[in-house]
Amino acid sequence: MTDEPVIELDDTEVHFENRSGLLDLFGDTERVQAVDGVSLEIPENDVVAVIGESGCGKTTLGKTAIGLQRPTGGSVKFRGQDIWEARDKRRKADIPYDEIRRSLQIIHQDPGSSLNPNQTVLASLLQPLKRWEPDMTREEMEARVLGMLEEVGMKPPEDYAYRYPHQLSGGEQQRTALVRSLLMEPDLILADEAVSALDVSLRVEMMDLMLELQDQFDTSFLYISHDLSNARYFAGQADGRIAIMYLGEIVEIGPVEEVLENPQHPYTKVLKWATPDMEVKHGKVDSPPVRQIDIPTPTDPPSGCRFHTRCPKAREECTTESPDPIGNGDRKTACFRVDPEHTYWESEPLEGTDQEGEIL
Amino acid sequence: MTVDDTIIEVSDATVAFEMERGAARVLDDVDATVNRKEILGLVGESGSGKSMLASSMLDAVEDPGQLTGEVTYYPDDGEPISILDLPAEELRQLRWEEIAMVFQGALDSFNPTQNIRQHFQETLSAHNANREEGMERARELLSELYLDPDQVLGSYPHELSGGMKQRALIALALLLDPDVLVMDEPTGALDLLMQRSILSLIKKLQREYELTIVFISHNLPLVANLADRIGVMYAFDLVEVGRAEDVIESPRHPYTRALLRAVPNLDMSFDEMQPIEGDAPDPVNVPPGCAYAARCPLADAECRAEKPPYEELSDTHRAKCIHTDEAPDAVPLAVNSMEAQSGNTGVTTGEEP
Repeated sequence: MTDEPVIELDDTEVHFENRSGLLDLFGDTERVQAVDGVSLEIPENDVVAVIGESGCGKTTLGKTAIGLQRPTGGSVKFRGQDIWEARDKRRKADIPYDEIRRSLQIIHQDPGSSLNPNQTVLASLLQPLKRWEPDMTREEMEARVLGMLEEVGMKPPEDYAYRYPHQLSGGEQQRTALVRSLLMEPDLILADEAVSALDVSLRVEMMDLMLELQDQFDTSFLYISHDLSNARYFAGQADGRIAIMYLGEIVEIGPVEEVLENPQHPYTKVLKWATPDMEVKHGKVDSPPVRQIDIPTPTDPPSGCRFHTRCPKAREECTTESPDPIGNGDRKTACFRVDPEHTYWESEPLEGTDQEGEIL
Repeated sequence: MTVDDTIIEVSDATVAFEMERGAARVLDDVDATVNRKEILGLVGESGSGKSMLASSMLDAVEDPGQLTGEVTYYPDDGEPISILDLPAEELRQLRWEEIAMVFQGALDSFNPTQNIRQHFQETLSAHNANREEGMERARELLSELYLDPDQVLGSYPHELSGGMKQRALIALALLLDPDVLVMDEPTGALDLLMQRSILSLIKKLQREYELTIVFISHNLPLVANLADRIGVMYAFDLVEVGRAEDVIESPRHPYTRALLRAVPNLDMSFDEMQPIEGDAPDPVNVPPGCAYAARCPLADAECRAEKPPYEELSDTHRAKCIHTDEAPDAVPLAVNSMEAQSGNTGVTTGEEP
């Protein structure tokens, strides 16, 4: 094993050409800036949770990180090897593309639709082994599958192996999907809203299971969600990091508790507000702390800081200048407010913002 | 403040339907009341029967489900109305004009070939309402939901984001000035920020239009923030009902307590989280006694033999469990919970001052 991170995104950009269909014959094609200038390293045995609203590009970022989506700019490296160079050059790459593909796995949000309805659990799970472990005998493969089913709590495994997906509960389907990705002994698993479709009483159990396996198999997780509480539970226990994403950019990243206890970016604070606690309030919920509750379209992101149209702390400076992520070590925030010397503080607050008593 | 009089009363509501494997009861002899001008939150996991209970309030249970029991609506003025006995046409009128509903999966309930304005206009003409006044109200409602009326009314459903569609739908439900709004998982498909924003808007509308709201969700923290009273559904029945503080801060049904420990929130320490072991019962094969017995640490022979009646814990709080006294010790809540802070283990019945 090398010291290289499992995955390294460097100034990665994914832009899509979006044609609106037949009715739009004369329209210009729009460019959706799904991911823009994201740099992120995921070392071995690490957990990173990416949080953001729908349309912020978090799923695209995840797919790009595991080589399912080709970036339109910047690079994605697996242990130092550029994934798309490996794919294009095939045998000339230091790490063959097949090995990269196998090392990067995914569990989807909807476990039901990610399993073939016409195949038993066993047949579904044997498939990847047949492809990647051609030297194993049928018996060895079956033993491996049954062992893994037992590992994820589907006991006795023989009971589950011959069932079809519709004969499994949502939690069991998600475990099966987890087994399928683990059979590849991956270095990184992308878990995209992997517990959101499960019943509330099952989510903690599923996250515990993923953490246990992470520990046991030294797998890293890229966990994607819109739910801050679940992300905190999952990444926090693994001493992982949390990354807050807004309109294609990571606006704040750092160790879980640091980000949540001392959020620096106004958007992180907004997401914290949006996360319900168990307090009884009889509906005394304050007005949303954003100037607009709808997210702007990623085809035409606002100028300057992309959050400025909704930000409660925006000033003139934010409408023209885009803040770079600053900070030290693991903790970085892309907001002028982090720098007390910034000219932001001298510029005029925008209308509708709430900055009473702040230095001007 | 809520006035303590009943606007909807459900008694002995049962929904059954035939399945190949046998008769399934997806709502089992449920009694529930909704108070005028309150927000009642109904929480439960998928398949617990919470949507069935909501649909029952409007006699909107879909075939092949058969609803029996009684549902009485008490209008502001006039005689009580037995909803299950209403002729089809009267029921249709009542559904929009008195009790409106925003269903689950509502994002697909707009007709894709009509723009939003046509949806509002059709609803108005179907109920012989004045179009001009109605559209004026539509604009007012849309603006209150942070939408630009001109832009939204002229749009087709696919041109709006999920959060915008959901808000447009809430405006449509309130178009005919109903007294009651029943919302089944109205924000489930949306981001937390949009969910939370919509909740604060719902609360604003409730105050302004003096609405009674029944809000159904699997999201316990969300309901805790919003509701005046909370009902917890488990296995097709309402197992605990009380004021929000009763149910969240001193719950007495072991299931409610277990559910509170299974839902992560931002303040809870990690080792306090505890999944609920086991599965919910099959609607075709509900055990004879307490439906939660198989998963409950307090279950004994009596629990397994007979369905527990409601234990009246106070004027406002009841739970279907014969071990409500032992529940706080058997299923302790997190150390930083309100219960632990106030030293109230719940064994002393009665209300806090």
